[in-house]
Amino acid sequence: MTNPILEIRNLHARIEDREILKGVNLAIPAGELHAVMGRNGSGKSTLSYVLAGKEDYEITEGEVLLDGVDLLGMEPNERAAAGLFLAFQYPIEIPGVATMTFLKAAMNAQRKSRGEGEISTPDFMRAVKEAGASLNIDASMLKRPLNVGFSGGEKKRAEVLQMALLAPKMCILDETDSGLDIDALQVVSKGVNALRSEQRSMLVITHYQRLLNHIVPDVVHVFSDGRIVESGDKSLALQLEAKGYADFDSEPA
Amino acid sequence: MMSALDIPTLKENIDRETVDQVLSLDVDKYKYGFSTDIESDMAPQGLSEDIVRFISAKKNEPQWMLDWRLDAYRRWLTMDEPAWAKVHYPQLDFQDMYFYAAPKSTPAPTSLDEVDPELLAMYDKLGIPLKEREILAGVERPNVAVDAVMDSVSVVTTFREELAKVGIIFCSISEAIREHAELVQKYLGSVVPVTDNYYATLNSAVFTDGSFVYIPKGVRCPMELSTYFRINEKKTGQFERTLIIAEDDSYVSYLEGCTAPMRDESQLHAAVVELVALENAEIKYSTVQNWYPGDKDGKGGIYNFVTKRGDCRGNGSKISWTQVETGSAITWKYPSCILRGDNSRGEFYSIAISNGYQQVDSGTKMIHLGKNTSSKIIAKGIAAGFSDNTYRGQVSAHAKAKGARNFTQCDSLLIGDKCGAHTVPYIESRNATAVFEHEATTSKISDDQMFYCQQRGLNEEEAVALIVNGFVRDVLQHLPMEFMVESQKLIAISLEGSVG
Ligand SMILES: Nc1ncnc2c1ncn2[C@@H]1O[C@H](COP(=O)(O)OP(=O)(O)OP(=O)(O)O)[C@@H](O)[C@H]1O
Ligand SMILES: [Mg+2]
Repeated sequence: MTNPILEIRNLHARIEDREILKGVNLAIPAGELHAVMGRNGSGKSTLSYVLAGKEDYEITEGEVLLDGVDLLGMEPNERAAAGLFLAFQYPIEIPGVATMTFLKAAMNAQRKSRGEGEISTPDFMRAVKEAGASLNIDASMLKRPLNVGFSGGEKKRAEVLQMALLAPKMCILDETDSGLDIDALQVVSKGVNALRSEQRSMLVITHYQRLLNHIVPDVVHVFSDGRIVESGDKSLALQLEAKGYADFDSEPA
Repeated sequence: MMSALDIPTLKENIDRETVDQVLSLDVDKYKYGFSTDIESDMAPQGLSEDIVRFISAKKNEPQWMLDWRLDAYRRWLTMDEPAWAKVHYPQLDFQDMYFYAAPKSTPAPTSLDEVDPELLAMYDKLGIPLKEREILAGVERPNVAVDAVMDSVSVVTTFREELAKVGIIFCSISEAIREHAELVQKYLGSVVPVTDNYYATLNSAVFTDGSFVYIPKGVRCPMELSTYFRINEKKTGQFERTLIIAEDDSYVSYLEGCTAPMRDESQLHAAVVELVALENAEIKYSTVQNWYPGDKDGKGGIYNFVTKRGDCRGNGSKISWTQVETGSAITWKYPSCILRGDNSRGEFYSIAISNGYQQVDSGTKMIHLGKNTSSKIIAKGIAAGFSDNTYRGQVSAHAKAKGARNFTQCDSLLIGDKCGAHTVPYIESRNATAVFEHEATTSKISDDQMFYCQQRGLNEEEAVALIVNGFVRDVLQHLPMEFMVESQKLIAISLEGSVG
């Protein structure tokens, strides 16, 4: 087996006095896409935030490696530059900052941390146009302040656009399918599938088996009460769809 | 080839530069904090009638000007410093200051070739486009004419001949007093009366230089006019005086930039700017103020006590003030419009940033006297560090100001929890048909916004600079392009060290 892009070992995290992640173990080899499903409040978004470096959480145990490098000691922007991307469940509004401006600032900030020069304006324009077109994002949306007044579906598409432009090696998508209409789901799935490659891994958090018909996972994990309690192939998602989470609520085997 | 997507490109680059600028500087470093070694010619220390006479004599002024100054000085002696602004500073000792300092270079330069190369090098460091010759040689299209004022003296005015062809006068106020006495006598003190306020009266007595602009009837000034002020000499006060007159149906856009070197002691800057817009004339006045704000413990810095006022004297006159205030230890400044002519319009767009121990008390006054006059105020205050940032604005309608309208929007952004933002609006209406609207918001940069930006690769300072530039966007858009670039950089620089 190739080295995993993301490796999480016995990760415990708490917020204030409450432990939310209770020993997560997960390894995603390069090129694989893993899906995570689980009840509301089981800690899926918390896992994604902890991986991305949100301040609010205290890590009490465990370690995380990104391409073999310790992730937990890095600042959030360093993690981003190292290739970690999180498509937010609830994307944040940045008033007054045009989406284009934001995209370029982000791309250049990452290039700079990696010691690369700035992207040239023609290259940037070309990349944005291409990626935008495949996600049905038009020029007028790119001129609007990021996420301000965007519909739920537009926000999610803008997240995938950022992901496409930043070309991360580890993508975490937190409920990117929620709030999408049927057509948008197709478009976004196509966008995500286009980014799948041998060098890139993905972790897709979702509540809906339906998404996994479009974005076919290599592995499906069931998340319950702060840890992964079951892993299997994509048929596990179908099983969940039919029977719910009840079977996985008890203590892990 | 050009598509709609290409349009924001310039701004993209600017944002990038903003961020680079932040990264390339140390937190405590004030970019313009170098002082230039130029021999200078100074007045004796302190303030007295003799000093007023000394200044007037140095400038070869006519008797009427000296009399005007002396009258102002005597009135000033009877006045008290105002105490109503929300700013605190030690008692100013006027006897410890120098009221006149001129860079020594004799005789007065008539072209760039005669200017002290040290001085040119300094302006170069400041990025002032003084390179008239290159531009005139056809390398670049001229779009900015510059008058540079260091300490007390106007050093060089570029593009004068070019402007003279269309009848525009752009020169130092000292020269105007000698060469265009009738205009100066007619308008000087007609917008800001000698007795207007303590600092304006002081300025009237001791003002040393500044710019004079006259746009004849029907002329649209073909380029931006610009003055760059700099306080170089230790312990000098800078008291510049600017007078801009736009005759009927004319237009001018004027830019003012300010810097000062780092000094431990605080220095006083008390300018007066008077604008006169006659019938259907329009004056656009933009300022980027970046005087030294003091060090990170609040030591030193410029006290910026300025009186700026515009008079819309005719039917359909328009005056628009745009300011980016990032520097000074204390800013006390209310660029105002007197909307005297019917259908006249006043605008005020402001970005005021305070960090460290800076104190800002700024805003505007819109005085509606004529019928169907309108005004618009958009003020963005950003407070960080231990600073205090107050917007103080007055909108009033006279009994005859039928149909007066004002729209005011004040937004404050707080960075950290040791700073303060305050909004103090005064609204007075003596006419029942006047419609005044006022909106105010206060917000903080949220942790979620910071985290989101960081997740995309921006570090904390880059994230703050980006978010703040977004917050001030609708004001930045009113600045001429040259100043927009400069301002975005300044915003980033002035917020250094505000996070973490
Ligand atoms: N800042 C916080 N303070 C206290 N509790 C929190 C905080 N953030 C999250 N939690 C709690 O942690 C638990 C896990 O939340 P999380 O958002 O990770 O769930 P989730 O699995 O993503 O749920 P959903 O499917 O609804 O998105 C929830 O009970 C939530 O209330
Ligand atoms: Mg969630």
